[in-house]
Amino acid sequence: MADERPIRVLIAKPGLDGHDRGAKVVARALRDAGMEVIYTGIRQTPQMIAEAALQEDVQVVGLSILSGAHLELFPRVVEELKSRGVDDVLLFAGGIIPKDDITAIEAMGFKGVFGPGTDTNDIISFVKSNAPQRV
Amino acid sequence: MNASDLINGILAGERRALSRAISHVEADSPTGREVLEALYPRTGHAQVVGITGSAGAGKSTLVGAIAREERKRGRTVGIVAVDPSSPFSHGAILGDRIRMQDLTGDGGVFLRSMASRGNLGGLSETATGVADVMDAAGFDVVLIETVGAGQDEVEVANAAGTTVLVANPGGGDDVQSMKAGLMEVAQVMVVNKADLAGADTAVTQLRGLLAIADLGPWEPPILKAIARTAEGVPELVDAIDRHQAFFRESEHAEGERRRHAERQVLAITRAILHREALATARASGALADLVSQVAARSRDPRNAAEELLEAVRREWAAG
Repeated sequence: MADERPIRVLIAKPGLDGHDRGAKVVARALRDAGMEVIYTGIRQTPQMIAEAALQEDVQVVGLSILSGAHLELFPRVVEELKSRGVDDVLLFAGGIIPKDDITAIEAMGFKGVFGPGTDTNDIISFVKSNAPQRV
Repeated sequence: MNASDLINGILAGERRALSRAISHVEADSPTGREVLEALYPRTGHAQVVGITGSAGAGKSTLVGAIAREERKRGRTVGIVAVDPSSPFSHGAILGDRIRMQDLTGDGGVFLRSMASRGNLGGLSETATGVADVMDAAGFDVVLIETVGAGQDEVEVANAAGTTVLVANPGGGDDVQSMKAGLMEVAQVMVVNKADLAGADTAVTQLRGLLAIADLGPWEPPILKAIARTAEGVPELVDAIDRHQAFFRESEHAEGERRRHAERQVLAITRAILHREALATARASGALADLVSQVAARSRDPRNAAEELLEAVRREWAAG
């Protein structure tokens, strides 16, 4: 049935840090909440993330980052998405992100920033209430 | 984007239109049906190849290796990678991109992950449609990777002109327990992980099974490959090409294409029938009563199902 299409989410890790426990915990939580989660693995370039979001036609892109390079990498992901015409996805971020940086990240178009210790239920309800309708 | 935007976009080579159209086809939306109807006459260019076999056989790795080989030969590649949905939450983790990361940056490749959405019935229904859209979009090769479990292995193969069965060296049990249906839908067989002990035994066993299978004029070749290192993959692609030539050009081509078309139509009919009949049955007032009787053991489930189907037929007859 057309109206039962699950929410599709891309969970991606930009940059060079190699720890993806947090990303996998979020991926599993979203799956258990009935979503289809595309997981791309570690060390993704902004181009790879944007291209995956395009090909998978996801409604939501979640970026996980621990390396501290978020202020460099996030704008590049946003730019790569825009250059592909992917302008209608819900963006959120997680990982080690200092409080002082959150305003800057929200200004890039991220609607949610979730730090360590976030209850996955908060992420689930955030995604459910903000994911754009697709088909 | 409405259906004609999507169709024009796809024909103009816009990946965004292709991607959105696939979502519509996957959801079986009215827009999706309109897109398929308009694009179907433009299909037939692509080699549509199904890759099937049990879970853990190395299908994803092999699909990646085949795609790389096709790219070396100058062909563009669409990939449909199907993973299972959870029967409980209906959610899924789709991880095929992990094994094909290097292909993500290649403009000649388009990879789409799909969840089996098992509860909605009929994977072949949507996988066939998605492959058709990629075909019409102009890809030279469309690879469909199956879930690797249950009936979907056979069903998704219906979408493909050539189906590759992936087996492993495994002391024999793996090959011997292969479902009869799988042997009959495969036109190319490959023993993957051929660097493991027992590869030749697996080939011999497959040959033995083929000898007793009900085959048409095409005799499936049995190859060995190591997907991880791409060893044997050029030979595998050669074998796929040979079957495609047979499928398109040999004296048997028309019969083969008709058989394939019939399998497709029947598979989709079965999927729709399954879905619609179950929806009618669930909505039927008779269901709750029948369930109570079975639970109380005053009626057997077979008989209750028969009764329920009778209610469905009455409903349908009434229009």
